[in-house]
Amino acid sequence: MTLRHVFAGLMLGLVMVFALPSMAQSKELEGADLDRYQGMINQLRCLVCQNQTIADSNAPLAQDLREQVRTQIQSGRSDAEIIEYVTARYGDFVLYRPPFKRSTWLLWVGPFALLLGALAIAVSLMRRGRQRREATAVDPDRLRKLLDEESR
Amino acid sequence: MRIRYLAPIAILIGLAVLFVFGLGHDPREVPSPLIGKPSPDFTLRLLGSDEPYQRSQLLGRPVLVNFFASWCAGCKVEHPFLMELSRRGVEIVGIDYKDTDADARQWLGAHGNPYARVIVDVQGTAGLDWGVYGVPETFVLDAAGTIVYKQIGPMTEEAWITQIAPLMGAQR
Repeated sequence: MTLRHVFAGLMLGLVMVFALPSMAQSKELEGADLDRYQGMINQLRCLVCQNQTIADSNAPLAQDLREQVRTQIQSGRSDAEIIEYVTARYGDFVLYRPPFKRSTWLLWVGPFALLLGALAIAVSLMRRGRQRREATAVDPDRLRKLLDEESR
Repeated sequence: MRIRYLAPIAILIGLAVLFVFGLGHDPREVPSPLIGKPSPDFTLRLLGSDEPYQRSQLLGRPVLVNFFASWCAGCKVEHPFLMELSRRGVEIVGIDYKDTDADARQWLGAHGNPYARVIVDVQGTAGLDWGVYGVPETFVLDAAGTIVYKQIGPMTEEAWITQIAPLMGAQR
């Protein structure tokens, strides 16, 4: 066995040691509970690294929140209760899918309103363009008359 | 006809206003839903001892509750100003967040201790209940234990003068 083999073995051992905690964690939830857990941690925002979910993030706060979700699922709390727990502490911002209410209606309606507005502008521009094209269609009789007047 | 030429300018001005607003707004500062609510309950222990400390001990006078840690860079930034506040007689209760007693005591020994009491939250459970997502964070409690203000990130002289002092003074 060369030194290289020993080194590779050591590294493999190290990797396995680091993998242990996450294996132990996912082992405790099974079936529907595990699905709920996965669904839940994928819709909660990590507040430290704001563009990641707590499923993606390794920030200590994300780990704590994952742990909370897991223990609350184990103690039989519903999804709504867990969402309530998190938003009571961190606000709607923690939800990747915030509820529709007074402070968030613009967030939900805004993109569609913008799309409708853009469509309305596009339609009116197209219509105006067509009118102009029709208006500039040449009437040969009228043109000849105009030219005759000019050359006179 | 003139409106057609003014419209892009109006849109530009509108966007500029939005951008200016956006520049002054730090997206890392998440407003706390706990403002105006009673501070969360907790029972922790004091630094370096087994003596318990709980929420009821924060009642009866306005107080600053400052989450800090020896490993936290922003805490070093605000620390001289906290020292100054404590010299002025402001009561600051420190909650040592996810730290060890030894590290916290060494840190306070090296930089000075501005806290009337230091409570330890080794697991970060109180931090979770208080909606802390990154130390330092400072809560202003009134005499009834209601959270009236939250400073996210280091405490500054400006925040103290414009926001916090009026809240604490008015209730003193």
